[in-house]
Amino acid sequence: MRRRYVRNSARERRAEQRARELLCTTAGQEALETYERFGLLSVENDEYGYLIYPQRPLVAYDAVNGELLSEYCVRFRDGSDPEAGEKLPDADDVLAKWMALRADERELIGTANVHPLGRQLDPAMVRRDLAALRSWQR
Amino acid sequence: MKLLRMTPGKGDVLLAEGDPAVAEDEERLVEEFRRQLDLGMWAAVPEEGPAGTREATMVRDFSEVPLDAERVIFFPQAAGG
Repeated sequence: MRRRYVRNSARERRAEQRARELLCTTAGQEALETYERFGLLSVENDEYGYLIYPQRPLVAYDAVNGELLSEYCVRFRDGSDPEAGEKLPDADDVLAKWMALRADERELIGTANVHPLGRQLDPAMVRRDLAALRSWQR
Repeated sequence: MKLLRMTPGKGDVLLAEGDPAVAEDEERLVEEFRRQLDLGMWAAVPEEGPAGTREATMVRDFSEVPLDAERVIFFPQAAGG
């Protein structure tokens, strides 16, 4: 009989906890704190940055004035265990995006489907997230 | 060195572990590394920059993995969403 995904909250909580530990040891304590406080990560250089949401698009923004630019839709799907579903735990999903952006931004962004703001995420929510994150980082 | 893979429903799982300076371990690590890439995984090596910043490097062959790397993390290739 073909196996299929059945939601298992306890298993998913354990997986998320494990993923948070990997996030901490890989991207650092501050990244974990950012994720736990705001539910996202960020990567930024002098000109622009990305907000990294779990299971949602990356949102690019202007690092100078905070203007939101575009949504970049990327997915990391793993179908090797149908009972577990295809989605990585949320903390693994943001860490995968973080590593790919850090290591090879061109490849990740080249893979993404680019959409105008508001396709999947409410721009007002993203603006609030960015403002709260920047305030906290200062 | 540990080879880890992010997985749905579990988080990271340990695929292989060994000292790449030991021939027998290296062979096992290389074999697992190739198997994961053949399965369509990407491989990243977490690193710490000189100022303590956290970075990552994508590697496409085991020869690109620094000998002193503690971990290689495999995750599914990105696709447009």
